[in-house]
Amino acid sequence: MNAFFKSATKALVLAGGLATSFSSFAARENIDIVGSSTVYPFATVVAERFGRATGNPTPKIESTGSGGGMKLFCDGVGLGYPDITNASRRIKRSEFKSCQENGVKEIIEVPVGFDGIVIANSLEAEPMSLTRRELFLALAAKIPGENQGELIDNPNKTWKDVNPELPAVKIEVLGPPPTSGTRDAFVELAMEVGCESFPWVKSLSKSDKNLFKSICHSIREDGMYVEAGENDNLIVQKLQANPAALGIFGFSFLDQNADKVRGSKIEGVEPSFDNIADKSYPVSRPLYFYVKKAHVGVVPGIEAFLHEFTSEKAWGDEGYLADKGMIPLPKATRDALSESIRNLKVMTGQEDLH
Amino acid sequence: MNNSAENLRRIQKSLKKRYFVERCFLWSGRAAITLGLLAVLVLFVDITSKGYGAFRSTEILLDIHYDADALGIDNLHDEKQLAFADWDVLLKNALREQFPDASGRKERKQLYGLVSNGAGFDLKERLIANPKLLNTSEKVWIIADDDIDTYYKSWLSGDPYAERMSEKQIQWIEVLDEQGAIALKFSKNLFTRGDSREPEQAGIWGAVMGSLFTLAITFCLSFPIGVAAAIYLEEFAPRNRLTDFIEVNINNLAAVPSIIFGLLGLAIFINFFHVPRSAPLVGGLVLTLMTLPTIIITSRAAIKSVPPSIREAALGMGASRHQVVMHHVLPLSMPGMLTGAIIGMAQALGETAPLLMIGMVAFIVDIPQGFTDPATVLPVQIFLWADSPERAFVEKTSAAIMVLLSFLIVMNMTAVWIRKRLERRW
Repeated sequence: MNAFFKSATKALVLAGGLATSFSSFAARENIDIVGSSTVYPFATVVAERFGRATGNPTPKIESTGSGGGMKLFCDGVGLGYPDITNASRRIKRSEFKSCQENGVKEIIEVPVGFDGIVIANSLEAEPMSLTRRELFLALAAKIPGENQGELIDNPNKTWKDVNPELPAVKIEVLGPPPTSGTRDAFVELAMEVGCESFPWVKSLSKSDKNLFKSICHSIREDGMYVEAGENDNLIVQKLQANPAALGIFGFSFLDQNADKVRGSKIEGVEPSFDNIADKSYPVSRPLYFYVKKAHVGVVPGIEAFLHEFTSEKAWGDEGYLADKGMIPLPKATRDALSESIRNLKVMTGQEDLH
Repeated sequence: MNNSAENLRRIQKSLKKRYFVERCFLWSGRAAITLGLLAVLVLFVDITSKGYGAFRSTEILLDIHYDADALGIDNLHDEKQLAFADWDVLLKNALREQFPDASGRKERKQLYGLVSNGAGFDLKERLIANPKLLNTSEKVWIIADDDIDTYYKSWLSGDPYAERMSEKQIQWIEVLDEQGAIALKFSKNLFTRGDSREPEQAGIWGAVMGSLFTLAITFCLSFPIGVAAAIYLEEFAPRNRLTDFIEVNINNLAAVPSIIFGLLGLAIFINFFHVPRSAPLVGGLVLTLMTLPTIIITSRAAIKSVPPSIREAALGMGASRHQVVMHHVLPLSMPGMLTGAIIGMAQALGETAPLLMIGMVAFIVDIPQGFTDPATVLPVQIFLWADSPERAFVEKTSAAIMVLLSFLIVMNMTAVWIRKRLERRW
């Protein structure tokens, strides 16, 4: 028994030693980035070029989704926490608050560009031209009935039911699940706007916000909208196999698969690089990343990484991010931003956050 | 007499039916195997047909002049000069010389787009390895951009995909093809580099190293612990409620979804012990938790299959229980234990879900050099590539699956070989 206790103590000491030596690993050389899967394809390009050009270790980038990234980012200051988080929407007020509470006081906000959300179908099918009102009527769980204030379960089965000018094809839309930032953006930019085309619903947004959200943000679950997973490549493949279906995904996937799928016109505007850049294509969203100022100077290379990301050769009109499908910000905005970012200007909390 | 004739008749009558049932049974078994094999065949054919292209990449032969003035360097041993030199200039000069007809900003940009935008760094490495090249010229095969690669491959197969190509670029490719200055070459990058967002620069070596480091940790921890637990439970532990309870729980653990182990790893190893996120160390620890039950269960089965007569004989000769285990039971059950361990490892090799929680599903370019460097593993690399918009990643994904499958086949064949070689029959 004695021998047993001796070896048990030894094991405990060993475990303790291991635990202390693990904590010394916390010093790290590489920048740690988390966040949106939409920004991921762009941030990774910058990271890679940054690593190769400067000889710094290449930043490590995890694709956790905007919300998940923000949570990790706001958990605290210190080398165990990420330095930068990417987001396909602006930081929310609640997230900003939780950051402040956990000691992440100084946050640098960097808008980097736009991403368009396209509603596409196979090249074999007829090109579609839709409005946001039609999208809402086709995809919402409940739609306003004939009388004011009345809500009915969505009766529309074909696009012709939505608008007699559209083809008599069954409504079948493949899109991302609720966990996806693309879905959030689609709901906000397309569904909500379409929903607001009914005046009495629009007035609800002031009087009864919850009801307004439940009408405008719920997508039907009777099989017409198919959750096709987070993988946009998969949606492209399914569209090819099924010409009757429409799919919702990011512009860069349309850009890469122009021989298979075609983006539908929204409000008469085609989803093209130029139309998203000049904002005439309505369903596009801004992309951001957020930097912890407390880590600048502690983790080597953060400042240099910021410079790389906000240099003209990266985010400019002809930069390498544009080649990857990101839509650049206007030149004047870029110039003003790169100035304030070089000075490491932090968020004040006075910004207009949701 | 009459009775036995009657019996015979009845037997013969039922015989036909029994044969028929037997045949049906055999055929349904064969059908099941055929179906399984067919599924495997379809999978392999599909993956190979998509992936074989990735083992070769398009390269363009250019006449590179290592012009010290253009690079702005005079001393090849000065790190700073090397870091700031514009290596793409060499490529741009060579391309302009090859195609003087490119005029204007836009056409020039298309011209420079023929080669991979990481190719300049390859030239840098080449020059550093052989400093005599400075201020001389040589013909070098330069790796082409992924759009060019996709186009050239589809053009060779007679169904060109030109959506991302300009008219000019297509003309240039035709000229290069006539000169024999564009060709498919074995893709070294695929086997020597880490991940990249440029498909032509992306490789699986980083993921392979990550997998090896992670599996090394998993094996070094789970095999000794698993075997020790199995020996104690089989040979030494008293049979009582406590050991029954432990046994039930080990069997339960083997069926727990692997993501749970990831959550556990996040809570204990990362948040409590502060093991670095994304490192093979933490990945190996989590996969150890996952494979332990498998190893314990197979090891116990292996120990059980050692005949009791061997133990009794050894005990009869005056051996202690410890000697019985060490001298007889362990060596005899080792082949079974190793087989179990290898199958457990193969399972761990293909796992992604638990790694999601501990940050190993990440974009990592640098090849991991140790157990605490950020790393990713093969199945994660497949997942990341499958999710990338660039079309050239489709074939890369399939190529990575082929590499992963060959790893698994090698591991499972080793398991069979070990069993065949070491197994003793009684």
